[in-house]
Amino acid sequence: MSFDLLFDPLFRVPFFTGLLLAALLPPIGMYLRLRNEWLAALAFAQMASAGALLAMVTGWPMLAGGALAALLAALAKGLMARAGAGAYASMMLLAWGGGVLLVANHPLAEQAGHALFDGQLYFTGEGHLLAAGVACAVVVPLLAWLSKPLLLGRLFPEFYRARGRDARPRLMLFDLLAGLAVALATISLGVMAAFALVFVPPLIAYRFAASWRAGLVLSSVIGMGGYCVSFAASLGFDQPFGPVCAVLLVMLSVMSSVNSDRM
Amino acid sequence: MGEILLRVTGLVAGYATPVAGPLGFELRRGEILGFAGPNGAGKSTLLKALWGGVRVFGGKVEKAPGLAISHQAQGFDDLRGVPLTGRELLRLTGATPDGLPPWLAGRLDQRLDRLSGGQLQFLRLWACLAAPADLVLLDEPTNNLDRAGVAFLADWLGRAHSGQGIVIVSHDHGLIDGVCTRVVEVGA
Repeated sequence: MSFDLLFDPLFRVPFFTGLLLAALLPPIGMYLRLRNEWLAALAFAQMASAGALLAMVTGWPMLAGGALAALLAALAKGLMARAGAGAYASMMLLAWGGGVLLVANHPLAEQAGHALFDGQLYFTGEGHLLAAGVACAVVVPLLAWLSKPLLLGRLFPEFYRARGRDARPRLMLFDLLAGLAVALATISLGVMAAFALVFVPPLIAYRFAASWRAGLVLSSVIGMGGYCVSFAASLGFDQPFGPVCAVLLVMLSVMSSVNSDRM
Repeated sequence: MGEILLRVTGLVAGYATPVAGPLGFELRRGEILGFAGPNGAGKSTLLKALWGGVRVFGGKVEKAPGLAISHQAQGFDDLRGVPLTGRELLRLTGATPDGLPPWLAGRLDQRLDRLSGGQLQFLRLWACLAAPADLVLLDEPTNNLDRAGVAFLADWLGRAHSGQGIVIVSHDHGLIDGVCTRVVEVGA
């Protein structure tokens, strides 16, 4: 067990890449949870991993392949809105099956596949950091702009239609942003770590936040805090990042649940 | 008399098949119109047809140019666990908190899931009533309201609202008789 690696310059780029994504994913998860669509995040992540692997074996950048696959998934989700969880489950099965078959049959895909499924954050480079920075700069203001239609869509679904306006293009834009952010996180952090950061911090923030705005901030803080502890623990104990992050976040959720039941 | 907001002629509406109508009426700014009729007559369906929420099979709904409609639908999605305050809810529809009853005005910064069912229903109703709109459509507004809420609503509707037209569907004959300037019978 050694924590000296924490201060190694080699790990700075992966650390800050993950930190940016850990701040960005939970607020997206807040809105996915609001719409009862949190399972979509796992579908996006699985599709992104399959797309990244397919891109790699065909000589394309993994980041581009993952992003394209997640965008297609987001588009399909928007078009199959009525299919709900069934559509997400179909996407997950398709992506998982395709990804595992690629790993089993293509030597190049094997190592990358393990990195994606296990969540080996330490392989991320400056391209990932730049993409994460751009994603934050683009998604955060757009999310603030989309907040009202997303909330109205749940609380007063007829609000825009009664005024002769169509909210669907904005809701579709949210799907695309969520798909892109989850794809980037999947390529950088791994499938389940990305999903854990979308799912768990909002779960806790919904219990404790005093308002929606406070919930967005709290979820982001929980995401960053959980990420930092996971990063340090996985380096210190020489464990893959993804499972450590997922286990720690779920433990935090269980502890906060016990605490909230006592309150 | 205020300007005409809505002119409805021979309106027949429904879902897969027609279930309500025909109905015809005019609504002017400042009027409160009540839809009366037995259960199953299709009052709520006709109300939704006024803004395009259901399929129109026949007749016409002519609206004043640029008419802004606010519709309070029956039922409410379960909001348990959603960390949204009353003030944030009102801000969404652009409704002003001015004029809220005192038993609710002091609770605007609480989460919606900390309010009673009656308080939540009134707040939701207020979010539609006090939103910037020319035409307000209320579907069973007294459902789930406590006695204080019903009394406050009747009092608020009973005061002059020259800026808006209001259409109410309600089983509460006291409310319809007390606040509506005109009642339209909807047949079974």
